Amino acid sequence: MAKGVWIVAEQRDGALRKVSFELASTARKLADQLGEEVGAVLCGSGVEAMAAELGKYGVDKVYVADNAALEPYTTDAHAAAVAKIVKESDPSILLLGASAQGKDLSASLVGKLATGMATDCTDVKIADGKLCAVRPMYAGKCFGEIVIDTFPQMASLRPNVFTIVECAKAGEVVKFDAGLDAAKTKVAEILKEAAGKIDVAEANIIVSGGRGMKGPEGYGILEELAGLLGAAVGASRAAVDAGWRPQSDQVGQTGKVVSPNLYIACGISGAIQHLAGMSSSKYIVAINKDAEAPIFARADYGIVDDLFKVVPVLTQEVKKLLA
Amino acid sequence: MNIVACVKQVPDTEAQIKVKGDGSGIEEGGIKWVMNPYDEFGVEESLKLKEKFGGEVTIVSVGPARTMETIRTALAMGAEKGIQIDDPALYNADAYATAEALAAAIKGVPYDIIFCGQRAIDDDSAQVGSILAELLGIPQVTFATKLEINGTVVKATRPIEGAAVVIETSLPCVITATKGLNEPRYASLPGIMKAKKKPVDIKKAADLGVTGASKSKVAKFTPPPARPPGKIICADDTPEGKAAELAKLLREEAKVI
Repeated sequence: MAKGVWIVAEQRDGALRKVSFELASTARKLADQLGEEVGAVLCGSGVEAMAAELGKYGVDKVYVADNAALEPYTTDAHAAAVAKIVKESDPSILLLGASAQGKDLSASLVGKLATGMATDCTDVKIADGKLCAVRPMYAGKCFGEIVIDTFPQMASLRPNVFTIVECAKAGEVVKFDAGLDAAKTKVAEILKEAAGKIDVAEANIIVSGGRGMKGPEGYGILEELAGLLGAAVGASRAAVDAGWRPQSDQVGQTGKVVSPNLYIACGISGAIQHLAGMSSSKYIVAINKDAEAPIFARADYGIVDDLFKVVPVLTQEVKKLLA
Repeated sequence: MNIVACVKQVPDTEAQIKVKGDGSGIEEGGIKWVMNPYDEFGVEESLKLKEKFGGEVTIVSVGPARTMETIRTALAMGAEKGIQIDDPALYNADAYATAEALAAAIKGVPYDIIFCGQRAIDDDSAQVGSILAELLGIPQVTFATKLEINGTVVKATRPIEGAAVVIETSLPCVITATKGLNEPRYASLPGIMKAKKKPVDIKKAADLGVTGASKSKVAKFTPPPARPPGKIICADDTPEGKAAELAKLLREEAKVI
Protein backbone atom coordinates (compact mmCIF):
# COMPACT_ATOMS: atom_id res chain seq x y z
CA MET A 1 0.00 0.00 0.00
CA ALA A 2 1.49 3.29 -1.12
CA LYS A 3 2.32 5.49 1.86
CA GLY A 4 4.00 8.83 2.50
CA VAL A 5 3.92 12.30 1.02
CA TRP A 6 7.12 12.95 -0.90
CA ILE A 7 8.67 15.91 -2.61
CA VAL A 8 11.54 16.30 -5.02
CA ALA A 9 13.68 19.11 -3.61
CA GLU A 10 15.26 21.45 -6.14
CA GLN A 11 18.76 22.85 -5.71
CA ARG A 12 21.00 24.85 -7.97
CA ASP A 13 24.52 26.22 -7.47
CA GLY A 14 24.87 24.78 -3.98
CA ALA A 15 21.63 26.06 -2.49
CA LEU A 16 18.06 24.82 -2.20
CA ARG A 17 15.62 26.85 -4.25
CA LYS A 18 12.71 28.55 -2.51
CA VAL A 19 10.17 26.27 -4.18
CA SER A 20 11.69 23.37 -2.21
CA PHE A 21 10.49 24.94 1.05
CA GLU A 22 7.07 25.62 -0.47
CA LEU A 23 6.91 21.93 -1.43
CA ALA A 24 8.08 20.74 2.01
CA SER A 25 5.55 22.93 3.87
CA THR A 26 2.70 21.79 1.61
CA ALA A 27 3.70 18.13 1.89
CA ARG A 28 3.79 18.47 5.71
CA LYS A 29 0.21 19.76 5.71
CA LEU A 30 -1.04 16.90 3.52
CA ALA A 31 0.93 14.28 5.46
CA ASP A 32 -0.50 15.46 8.79
CA GLN A 33 -4.00 15.05 7.40
CA LEU A 34 -3.17 11.52 6.28
CA GLY A 35 -1.12 10.64 9.39
CA GLU A 36 1.88 9.86 7.18
CA GLU A 37 5.52 10.91 6.91
CA VAL A 38 7.11 13.48 4.60
CA GLY A 39 9.99 12.28 2.45
CA ALA A 40 12.18 14.41 0.21
CA VAL A 41 14.41 13.30 -2.64
CA LEU A 42 17.53 15.40 -3.08
CA CYS A 43 19.84 14.76 -6.01
CA GLY A 44 23.14 16.41 -6.89
CA SER A 45 26.77 16.49 -5.95
CA GLY A 46 27.82 17.51 -2.43
CA VAL A 47 24.24 18.15 -1.41
CA GLU A 48 24.02 16.24 1.87
CA ALA A 49 24.42 19.38 3.98
CA MET A 50 21.19 20.79 2.54
CA ALA A 51 19.14 17.97 4.06
CA ALA A 52 18.96 19.55 7.52
CA GLU A 53 17.43 22.67 6.04
CA LEU A 54 14.58 20.60 4.59
CA GLY A 55 13.98 19.21 8.09
CA LYS A 56 13.20 22.73 9.27
CA TYR A 57 10.20 22.82 6.95
CA GLY A 58 8.67 19.52 8.00
CA VAL A 59 10.59 16.80 6.17
CA ASP A 60 11.04 13.59 8.19
CA LYS A 61 13.45 11.80 5.87
CA VAL A 62 15.66 13.10 3.09
CA TYR A 63 16.67 10.53 0.48
CA VAL A 64 19.99 11.78 -0.86
CA ALA A 65 21.67 10.68 -4.10
CA ASP A 66 25.11 12.25 -4.08
CA ASN A 67 26.82 11.62 -7.38
CA ALA A 68 28.98 13.76 -9.66
CA ALA A 69 26.84 12.63 -12.61
CA LEU A 70 23.83 14.40 -11.03
CA GLU A 71 25.47 17.83 -11.35
CA PRO A 72 24.52 19.93 -13.23
CA TYR A 73 20.91 18.81 -13.65
CA THR A 74 20.04 16.62 -16.62
CA THR A 75 16.63 15.10 -17.24
CA ASP A 76 17.74 11.51 -17.71
CA ALA A 77 20.08 11.29 -14.70
CA HIS A 78 17.69 12.97 -12.27
CA ALA A 79 14.59 11.17 -13.55
CA ALA A 80 16.40 7.82 -13.29
CA ALA A 81 17.53 8.53 -9.72
CA VAL A 82 14.16 9.79 -8.49
CA ALA A 83 12.23 7.00 -10.24
CA LYS A 84 14.48 4.38 -8.65
CA ILE A 85 13.94 5.48 -5.04
CA VAL A 86 10.23 6.20 -5.59
CA LYS A 87 9.67 2.71 -7.02
CA GLU A 88 11.50 1.17 -4.05
CA SER A 89 9.67 3.20 -1.40
CA ASP A 90 6.19 3.53 -2.95
CA PRO A 91 4.98 6.93 -1.64
CA SER A 92 1.30 7.75 -2.18
CA ILE A 93 1.88 11.37 -3.21
CA LEU A 94 4.83 12.96 -5.04
CA LEU A 95 5.10 16.73 -5.35
CA LEU A 96 7.50 18.77 -7.49
CA GLY A 97 7.81 22.46 -8.28
CA ALA A 98 6.38 23.69 -11.57
CA SER A 99 9.69 25.49 -12.18
CA ALA A 100 11.71 25.07 -15.39
CA GLN A 101 13.53 22.08 -13.88
CA GLY A 102 10.49 20.69 -12.07
CA LYS A 103 8.28 20.78 -15.17
CA ASP A 104 10.93 18.92 -17.14
CA LEU A 105 11.68 16.35 -14.45
CA SER A 106 8.08 15.73 -13.40
CA ALA A 107 6.87 15.00 -16.93
CA SER A 108 9.66 12.52 -17.46
CA LEU A 109 8.81 10.86 -14.13
CA VAL A 110 5.17 10.47 -15.18
CA GLY A 111 6.47 8.38 -18.08
CA LYS A 112 8.86 6.33 -15.95
CA LEU A 113 6.34 5.72 -13.14
CA ALA A 114 3.34 5.25 -15.47
CA THR A 115 1.12 7.45 -13.36
CA GLY A 116 -0.92 10.65 -13.59
CA MET A 117 0.02 14.20 -12.69
CA ALA A 118 -1.69 17.55 -12.23
CA THR A 119 0.63 20.26 -13.61
CA ASP A 120 1.19 23.75 -12.19
CA CYS A 121 -1.31 23.47 -9.32
CA THR A 122 -2.44 26.44 -7.26
CA ASP A 123 -4.04 24.35 -4.49
CA VAL A 124 -3.77 20.78 -3.24
CA LYS A 125 -5.89 19.07 -0.59
CA ILE A 126 -6.90 15.66 0.67
CA ALA A 127 -10.44 14.45 -0.04
CA ASP A 128 -11.54 10.93 0.94
CA GLY A 129 -7.93 9.98 1.60
CA LYS A 130 -6.89 10.96 -1.93
CA LEU A 131 -5.09 13.91 -3.43
CA CYS A 132 -7.32 16.54 -5.03
CA ALA A 133 -5.25 19.03 -7.02
CA VAL A 134 -6.66 22.33 -8.25
CA ARG A 135 -5.05 23.85 -11.31
CA PRO A 136 -5.68 26.58 -13.85
CA MET A 137 -6.44 25.29 -17.35
CA TYR A 138 -6.65 27.25 -20.60
CA ALA A 139 -4.06 29.53 -18.92
CA GLY A 140 -6.53 30.31 -16.14
CA LYS A 141 -9.68 30.82 -18.21
CA CYS A 142 -11.06 27.94 -16.12
CA PHE A 143 -9.88 25.66 -13.30
CA GLY A 144 -9.90 21.89 -12.97
CA GLU A 145 -9.95 19.60 -9.94
CA ILE A 146 -7.74 16.65 -10.76
CA VAL A 147 -7.88 13.20 -9.20
CA ILE A 148 -5.36 10.48 -9.97
CA ASP A 149 -6.13 6.76 -9.95
CA THR A 150 -2.54 5.50 -9.86
CA PHE A 151 0.39 5.83 -7.43
CA PRO A 152 2.24 7.96 -6.76
CA GLN A 153 -0.38 10.65 -7.25
CA MET A 154 1.77 13.39 -8.72
CA ALA A 155 1.35 17.15 -8.76
CA SER A 156 3.66 20.01 -9.68
CA LEU A 157 3.05 23.17 -7.65
CA ARG A 158 3.24 26.66 -9.09
CA PRO A 159 6.16 28.53 -7.49
CA ASN A 160 5.32 31.42 -5.17
CA VAL A 161 1.73 30.35 -4.48
CA PHE A 162 2.13 27.96 -1.53
CA THR A 163 3.00 29.32 1.92
CA ILE A 164 6.27 28.39 3.60
CA VAL A 165 5.73 27.22 7.19
CA GLU A 166 8.53 26.29 9.57
CA CYS A 167 7.91 23.01 11.35
CA ALA A 168 11.01 21.29 12.70
CA LYS A 169 11.30 17.57 11.94
CA ALA A 170 14.26 15.22 11.91
CA GLY A 171 15.31 15.65 8.30
CA GLU A 172 17.11 12.33 8.72
CA VAL A 173 19.46 11.59 5.82
CA VAL A 174 18.99 8.29 4.01
CA LYS A 175 21.60 7.85 1.27
CA PHE A 176 20.72 5.86 -1.81
CA ASP A 177 22.58 4.77 -4.90
CA ALA A 178 21.19 6.52 -7.98
CA GLY A 179 22.11 3.46 -10.08
CA LEU A 180 22.76 5.53 -13.18
CA ASP A 181 23.31 4.11 -16.65
CA ALA A 182 25.59 5.84 -19.14
CA ALA A 183 24.34 9.39 -19.66
CA LYS A 184 22.31 9.99 -22.80
CA THR A 185 22.35 13.75 -22.38
CA LYS A 186 24.85 16.22 -20.99
CA VAL A 187 24.99 19.93 -20.35
CA ALA A 188 27.30 21.47 -22.92
CA GLU A 189 27.06 25.03 -21.68
CA ILE A 190 25.18 27.28 -19.26
CA LEU A 191 24.48 30.77 -20.54
CA LYS A 192 23.74 33.03 -17.57
CA GLU A 193 21.56 36.08 -18.00
CA ALA A 194 22.49 39.41 -16.43
CA ALA A 195 23.10 38.93 -12.72
CA GLY A 196 20.20 39.72 -10.45
CA LYS A 197 17.54 39.41 -13.12
CA ILE A 198 14.34 38.06 -11.59
CA ASP A 199 12.28 35.67 -13.71
CA VAL A 200 8.60 36.61 -14.10
CA ALA A 201 7.61 33.05 -13.16
CA GLU A 202 9.26 33.44 -9.74
CA ALA A 203 8.62 37.10 -8.94
CA ASN A 204 6.50 38.39 -6.05
CA ILE A 205 5.89 41.59 -7.96
CA ILE A 206 5.79 42.08 -11.73
CA VAL A 207 5.87 45.43 -13.50
CA SER A 208 4.69 44.71 -17.01
CA GLY A 209 4.53 46.79 -20.18
CA GLY A 210 2.64 46.43 -23.44
CA ARG A 211 2.17 48.23 -26.71
CA GLY A 212 1.62 51.47 -24.81
CA MET A 213 5.35 51.56 -23.94
CA LYS A 214 5.80 52.74 -27.55
CA GLY A 215 9.22 51.09 -27.96
CA PRO A 216 12.04 49.29 -26.16
CA GLU A 217 13.38 52.55 -24.64
CA GLY A 218 10.05 53.11 -22.86
CA TYR A 219 10.84 50.20 -20.51
CA GLY A 220 13.50 52.25 -18.70
CA ILE A 221 10.89 53.68 -16.32
CA LEU A 222 9.51 50.20 -15.63
CA GLU A 223 13.01 48.83 -14.95
CA GLU A 224 13.53 51.62 -12.43
CA LEU A 225 10.28 50.95 -10.58
CA ALA A 226 10.92 47.19 -10.70
CA GLY A 227 14.44 47.64 -9.33
CA LEU A 228 13.04 49.56 -6.37
CA LEU A 229 10.37 46.93 -5.65
CA GLY A 230 12.59 43.90 -6.23
CA ALA A 231 10.22 43.07 -9.07
CA ALA A 232 10.55 41.36 -12.44
CA VAL A 233 9.73 43.22 -15.65
CA GLY A 234 7.13 41.47 -17.79
CA ALA A 235 5.78 42.13 -21.26
CA SER A 236 2.70 41.49 -23.36
CA ARG A 237 2.79 39.40 -26.53
CA ALA A 238 2.57 42.57 -28.63
CA ALA A 239 5.74 43.93 -27.02
CA VAL A 240 7.63 40.65 -27.42
CA ASP A 241 6.50 40.14 -31.02
CA ALA A 242 7.64 43.68 -31.79
CA GLY A 243 11.09 42.69 -30.52
CA TRP A 244 11.06 45.18 -27.64
CA ARG A 245 11.54 42.58 -24.92
CA PRO A 246 12.93 39.01 -24.74
CA GLN A 247 10.36 36.26 -25.04
CA SER A 248 11.33 34.93 -21.59
CA ASP A 249 9.51 38.02 -20.23
CA GLN A 250 6.21 37.32 -22.00
CA VAL A 251 3.17 36.90 -19.76
CA GLY A 252 0.05 35.28 -21.18
CA GLN A 253 -1.43 32.14 -22.68
CA THR A 254 1.48 31.76 -25.12
CA GLY A 255 4.03 32.95 -22.58
CA LYS A 256 4.29 32.45 -18.85
CA VAL A 257 1.25 32.12 -16.62
CA VAL A 258 2.01 34.01 -13.41
CA SER A 259 0.49 34.55 -9.95
CA PRO A 260 2.49 37.28 -8.20
CA ASN A 261 1.26 39.26 -5.19
CA LEU A 262 1.20 42.39 -7.30
CA TYR A 263 0.96 42.81 -11.06
CA ILE A 264 1.32 46.34 -12.41
CA ALA A 265 0.16 46.47 -16.05
CA CYS A 266 1.36 49.55 -17.89
CA GLY A 267 0.12 50.34 -21.36
CA ILE A 268 -1.45 46.88 -21.65
CA SER A 269 -4.97 46.90 -23.04
CA GLY A 270 -5.74 43.38 -21.80
CA ALA A 271 -6.19 40.96 -24.71
CA ILE A 272 -7.91 37.75 -23.54
CA GLN A 273 -4.70 35.79 -23.93
CA HIS A 274 -2.81 38.24 -21.69
CA LEU A 275 -5.56 38.39 -19.04
CA ALA A 276 -5.54 34.59 -18.92
CA GLY A 277 -1.89 34.63 -17.97
CA MET A 278 -2.06 37.07 -15.05
CA SER A 279 -5.62 37.08 -13.68
CA SER A 280 -4.69 34.92 -10.69
CA SER A 281 -2.35 37.64 -9.40
CA LYS A 282 -3.34 38.71 -5.89
CA TYR A 283 -3.50 42.43 -6.71
CA ILE A 284 -3.66 43.92 -10.18
CA VAL A 285 -2.92 47.54 -11.04
CA ALA A 286 -3.69 48.92 -14.51
CA ILE A 287 -2.25 52.15 -15.85
CA ASN A 288 -3.57 52.99 -19.30
CA LYS A 289 -4.82 56.12 -20.99
CA ASP A 290 -7.72 54.29 -22.64
CA ALA A 291 -10.55 54.15 -20.07
CA GLU A 292 -12.25 51.45 -22.16
CA ALA A 293 -9.28 49.03 -22.04
CA PRO A 294 -10.44 45.54 -20.88
CA ILE A 295 -7.57 45.39 -18.35
CA PHE A 296 -9.53 47.77 -16.08
CA ALA A 297 -12.25 45.13 -15.60
CA ARG A 298 -9.65 42.90 -13.88
CA ALA A 299 -7.77 45.61 -12.00
CA ASP A 300 -8.03 46.20 -8.25
CA TYR A 301 -6.66 49.68 -8.81
CA GLY A 302 -6.88 51.53 -12.09
CA ILE A 303 -5.38 54.78 -13.27
CA VAL A 304 -6.65 56.27 -16.51
CA ASP A 305 -3.78 58.50 -17.59
CA ASP A 306 -0.52 58.74 -19.49
CA LEU A 307 1.77 56.07 -18.05
CA PHE A 308 4.85 58.12 -18.93
CA LYS A 309 3.62 60.76 -16.48
CA VAL A 310 2.27 58.37 -13.83
CA VAL A 311 5.03 55.77 -13.53
CA PRO A 312 7.97 58.12 -12.73
CA VAL A 313 5.92 59.78 -9.98
CA LEU A 314 4.85 56.38 -8.67
CA THR A 315 8.53 55.42 -8.49
CA GLN A 316 9.31 58.57 -6.46
CA GLU A 317 6.37 57.95 -4.12
CA VAL A 318 7.38 54.33 -3.59
CA LYS A 319 10.93 55.49 -2.87
CA LYS A 320 9.59 57.79 -0.15
CA LEU A 321 7.45 55.02 1.37
CA LEU A 322 10.31 52.53 1.41
CA ALA A 323 12.80 55.03 2.83
CA MET B 1 15.90 12.42 -42.11
CA ASN B 2 12.57 11.02 -40.93
CA ILE B 3 10.75 13.55 -38.83
CA VAL B 4 7.55 13.27 -36.81
CA ALA B 5 5.67 16.30 -35.52
CA CYS B 6 2.86 15.79 -33.02
CA VAL B 7 0.10 18.37 -33.12
CA LYS B 8 -3.05 19.08 -31.13
CA GLN B 9 -6.09 21.09 -32.09
CA VAL B 10 -6.99 23.62 -29.38
CA PRO B 11 -9.29 26.63 -28.91
CA ASP B 12 -7.82 29.84 -30.31
CA THR B 13 -6.10 32.08 -27.74
CA GLU B 14 -8.86 34.67 -28.18
CA ALA B 15 -11.54 32.11 -27.22
CA GLN B 16 -13.66 32.76 -24.13
CA ILE B 17 -13.88 29.53 -22.16
CA LYS B 18 -17.24 28.73 -20.55
CA VAL B 19 -17.63 25.85 -18.12
CA LYS B 20 -20.67 23.59 -18.59
CA GLY B 21 -23.34 23.97 -15.92
CA ASP B 22 -22.60 20.54 -14.42
CA GLY B 23 -18.83 21.14 -14.36
CA SER B 24 -18.17 18.17 -16.64
CA GLY B 25 -16.25 20.12 -19.26
CA ILE B 26 -16.27 23.28 -21.33
CA GLU B 27 -18.87 24.51 -23.81
CA GLU B 28 -17.44 23.86 -27.27
CA GLY B 29 -20.06 25.83 -29.23
CA GLY B 30 -18.71 28.89 -31.01
CA ILE B 31 -15.05 28.02 -30.40
CA LYS B 32 -12.59 28.61 -33.22
CA TRP B 33 -10.17 25.65 -33.36
CA VAL B 34 -6.53 26.13 -34.30
CA MET B 35 -3.24 24.27 -34.20
CA ASN B 36 -1.68 24.58 -30.74
CA PRO B 37 0.77 27.51 -31.15
CA TYR B 38 3.67 25.57 -29.58
CA ASP B 39 3.08 22.69 -32.02
CA GLU B 40 3.42 25.17 -34.89
CA PHE B 41 7.02 25.74 -33.79
CA GLY B 42 7.55 21.96 -33.93
CA VAL B 43 6.04 21.68 -37.42
CA GLU B 44 8.14 24.61 -38.65
CA GLU B 45 11.35 23.10 -37.23
CA SER B 46 10.48 19.77 -38.87
CA LEU B 47 10.11 21.46 -42.24
CA LYS B 48 13.40 23.33 -41.81
CA LEU B 49 15.23 20.09 -41.01
CA LYS B 50 13.64 18.38 -44.01
CA GLU B 51 14.73 21.27 -46.25
CA LYS B 52 18.27 20.96 -44.90
CA PHE B 53 18.72 17.18 -44.69
CA GLY B 54 15.98 15.79 -46.95
CA GLY B 55 13.45 13.21 -45.80
CA GLU B 56 9.81 13.23 -44.82
CA VAL B 57 7.66 14.86 -42.18
CA THR B 58 4.80 12.85 -40.67
CA ILE B 59 2.13 14.64 -38.62
CA VAL B 60 0.49 12.69 -35.79
CA SER B 61 -2.51 13.91 -33.83
CA VAL B 62 -4.99 12.54 -31.31
CA GLY B 63 -8.44 14.08 -31.57
CA PRO B 64 -12.00 13.93 -32.92
CA ALA B 65 -13.07 14.42 -36.56
CA ARG B 66 -12.46 18.21 -36.51
CA THR B 67 -8.75 17.51 -35.85
CA MET B 68 -8.35 16.61 -39.54
CA GLU B 69 -8.44 20.33 -40.31
CA THR B 70 -5.35 20.91 -38.13
CA ILE B 71 -3.51 17.96 -39.71
CA ARG B 72 -4.34 19.42 -43.15
CA THR B 73 -2.93 22.77 -42.01
CA ALA B 74 0.39 21.09 -41.17
CA LEU B 75 0.33 19.26 -44.52
CA ALA B 76 -0.35 22.58 -46.25
CA MET B 77 2.69 24.05 -44.49
CA GLY B 78 4.71 21.28 -46.17
CA ALA B 79 4.51 17.97 -44.27
CA GLU B 80 4.13 14.79 -46.35
CA LYS B 81 1.57 12.65 -44.54
CA GLY B 82 -0.56 12.38 -41.45
CA ILE B 83 -1.90 9.95 -38.89
CA GLN B 84 -5.07 10.85 -37.02
CA ILE B 85 -5.92 8.83 -33.93
CA ASP B 86 -9.65 9.33 -33.57
CA ASP B 87 -11.33 7.25 -30.90
CA PRO B 88 -13.99 8.27 -28.35
CA ALA B 89 -11.94 6.37 -25.75
CA LEU B 90 -9.29 9.08 -26.13
CA TYR B 91 -11.48 12.21 -26.26
CA ASN B 92 -10.81 13.09 -22.62
CA ALA B 93 -7.48 11.31 -22.43
CA ASP B 94 -4.87 12.53 -19.96
CA ALA B 95 -1.25 13.11 -20.93
CA TYR B 96 -0.21 9.50 -20.29
CA ALA B 97 -2.96 7.94 -22.41
CA THR B 98 -2.35 10.48 -25.17
CA ALA B 99 1.39 9.77 -25.18
CA GLU B 100 0.72 6.02 -25.20
CA ALA B 101 -1.44 6.37 -28.32
CA LEU B 102 1.13 8.63 -30.00
CA ALA B 103 3.98 6.26 -29.13
CA ALA B 104 2.08 3.30 -30.58
CA ALA B 105 1.41 5.18 -33.82
CA ILE B 106 4.97 6.50 -34.09
CA LYS B 107 6.44 3.01 -33.61
CA GLY B 108 4.89 2.22 -36.98
CA VAL B 109 6.80 4.93 -38.88
CA PRO B 110 10.55 5.44 -39.20
CA TYR B 111 11.76 8.40 -37.15
CA ASP B 112 15.03 10.17 -36.34
CA ILE B 113 13.53 13.07 -34.44
CA ILE B 114 10.11 13.81 -32.94
CA PHE B 115 8.71 17.26 -32.18
CA CYS B 116 5.94 18.21 -29.76
CA GLY B 117 4.88 21.60 -28.43
CA GLN B 118 6.17 22.24 -24.90
CA ARG B 119 2.53 22.30 -23.81
CA ALA B 120 -0.92 22.51 -25.34
CA ILE B 121 -2.65 25.76 -24.46
CA ASP B 122 -5.90 24.00 -23.52
CA ASP B 123 -5.02 21.58 -20.72
CA ASP B 124 -1.59 23.15 -20.14
CA SER B 125 -0.19 19.80 -18.97
CA ALA B 126 3.32 20.09 -20.47
CA GLN B 127 3.78 16.32 -20.17
CA VAL B 128 3.08 14.53 -23.45
CA GLY B 129 6.48 15.02 -25.14
CA SER B 130 8.40 13.77 -22.10
CA ILE B 131 6.17 10.74 -21.57
CA LEU B 132 6.45 9.93 -25.27
CA ALA B 133 10.27 9.96 -25.01
CA GLU B 134 10.13 7.66 -21.99
CA LEU B 135 7.74 5.24 -23.72
CA LEU B 136 9.98 5.12 -26.80
CA GLY B 137 13.12 4.89 -24.64
CA ILE B 138 14.85 7.85 -26.30
CA PRO B 139 16.32 11.06 -24.88
CA GLN B 140 14.46 14.35 -24.76
CA VAL B 141 15.04 18.07 -24.51
CA THR B 142 12.04 20.13 -23.40
CA PHE B 143 11.28 23.82 -23.98
CA ALA B 144 13.82 24.16 -26.80
CA THR B 145 14.44 27.68 -28.10
CA LYS B 146 17.31 26.71 -30.40
CA LEU B 147 18.29 23.50 -32.15
CA GLU B 148 21.43 22.42 -34.02
CA ILE B 149 21.96 18.99 -35.54
CA ASN B 150 25.34 17.71 -36.71
CA GLY B 151 25.32 14.09 -37.86
CA THR B 152 23.56 12.39 -34.97
CA VAL B 153 24.64 14.99 -32.40
CA VAL B 154 21.85 17.26 -31.18
CA LYS B 155 22.43 20.53 -29.37
CA ALA B 156 19.34 22.23 -27.98
CA THR B 157 19.02 25.32 -25.83
CA ARG B 158 16.41 25.51 -23.10
CA PRO B 159 15.71 28.52 -20.88
CA ILE B 160 15.67 28.07 -17.12
CA GLU B 161 15.12 30.78 -14.50
CA GLY B 162 17.79 33.41 -15.09
CA ALA B 163 19.84 31.35 -17.57
CA ALA B 164 19.75 29.14 -20.63
CA VAL B 165 21.22 25.65 -20.77
CA VAL B 166 22.66 24.06 -23.90
CA ILE B 167 21.92 20.32 -23.78
CA GLU B 168 23.79 17.85 -25.92
CA THR B 169 22.19 14.55 -26.84
CA SER B 170 21.86 12.29 -29.87
CA LEU B 171 19.31 11.17 -32.42
CA PRO B 172 16.75 9.75 -32.18
CA CYS B 173 15.22 12.06 -29.60
CA VAL B 174 12.13 14.07 -28.68
CA ILE B 175 12.28 17.86 -28.73
CA THR B 176 9.50 19.96 -27.22
CA ALA B 177 9.33 23.34 -28.90
CA THR B 178 8.71 26.73 -27.39
CA LYS B 179 8.53 30.30 -28.61
CA GLY B 180 11.85 31.53 -29.98
CA LEU B 181 12.72 28.33 -31.86
CA ASN B 182 11.57 29.80 -35.18
CA GLU B 183 8.84 31.79 -36.93
CA PRO B 184 6.22 29.35 -38.24
CA ARG B 185 5.41 29.84 -41.92
CA TYR B 186 1.92 30.34 -43.25
CA ALA B 187 0.46 27.75 -45.60
CA SER B 188 0.60 28.93 -49.22
CA LEU B 189 -2.40 28.59 -51.51
CA PRO B 190 -0.70 25.88 -53.66
CA GLY B 191 0.27 24.22 -50.36
CA ILE B 192 -3.36 24.16 -49.27
CA MET B 193 -4.42 22.64 -52.60
CA LYS B 194 -1.69 19.97 -52.42
CA ALA B 195 -2.53 19.15 -48.81
CA LYS B 196 -5.98 17.94 -49.82
CA LYS B 197 -4.43 15.02 -51.70
CA LYS B 198 -1.81 14.06 -49.13
CA PRO B 199 -2.45 10.76 -47.30
CA VAL B 200 -3.84 10.75 -43.77
CA ASP B 201 -4.35 7.43 -41.98
CA ILE B 202 -7.17 7.32 -39.47
CA LYS B 203 -6.59 4.92 -36.60
CA LYS B 204 -8.66 3.66 -33.68
CA ALA B 205 -7.16 2.90 -30.28
CA ALA B 206 -7.56 -0.83 -30.94
CA ASP B 207 -5.61 -0.55 -34.23
CA LEU B 208 -2.69 0.67 -32.14
CA GLY B 209 -3.13 -1.83 -29.34
CA VAL B 210 -3.92 0.78 -26.69
CA THR B 211 -7.01 1.09 -24.50
CA GLY B 212 -7.03 4.86 -24.10
CA ALA B 213 -7.36 4.46 -20.33
CA SER B 214 -6.20 7.55 -18.43
CA LYS B 215 -4.31 7.63 -15.12
CA SER B 216 -5.86 10.93 -14.06
CA LYS B 217 -9.05 12.83 -14.74
CA VAL B 218 -10.54 16.26 -14.30
CA ALA B 219 -13.22 15.50 -11.70
CA LYS B 220 -14.70 18.96 -12.00
CA PHE B 221 -14.22 22.08 -14.10
CA THR B 222 -14.92 25.43 -12.45
CA PRO B 223 -14.88 29.02 -13.68
CA PRO B 224 -12.00 31.12 -12.34
CA PRO B 225 -12.73 32.76 -8.99
CA ALA B 226 -14.49 36.10 -9.53
CA ARG B 227 -12.42 39.21 -8.83
CA PRO B 228 -14.08 41.85 -6.67
CA PRO B 229 -14.71 45.09 -8.56
CA GLY B 230 -11.72 47.40 -8.47
CA LYS B 231 -11.50 51.13 -8.09
CA ILE B 232 -10.42 53.77 -10.55
CA ILE B 233 -8.15 56.23 -8.78
CA CYS B 234 -9.16 59.80 -9.60
CA ALA B 235 -7.43 61.68 -6.74
CA ASP B 236 -7.05 65.32 -7.78
CA ASP B 237 -7.18 64.32 -11.45
CA THR B 238 -3.47 64.94 -12.04
CA PRO B 239 -1.01 62.14 -12.93
CA GLU B 240 1.02 63.09 -9.86
CA GLY B 241 -1.96 62.93 -7.52
CA LYS B 242 -3.09 59.58 -8.92
CA ALA B 243 0.39 58.07 -8.62
CA ALA B 244 0.72 59.24 -5.01
CA GLU B 245 -2.71 57.82 -4.13
CA LEU B 246 -1.82 54.48 -5.77
CA ALA B 247 1.45 54.19 -3.83
CA LYS B 248 -0.46 54.85 -0.61
CA LEU B 249 -3.17 52.26 -1.40
CA LEU B 250 -0.59 49.61 -2.30
CA ARG B 251 1.21 50.26 0.97
CA GLU B 252 -1.70 50.74 3.38
CA GLU B 253 -4.68 48.92 1.89
CA ALA B 254 -3.25 46.08 -0.19
CA LYS B 255 -0.05 45.90 1.91
CA VAL B 256 1.92 44.54 -1.04
CA ILE B 257 4.84 46.97 -1.07
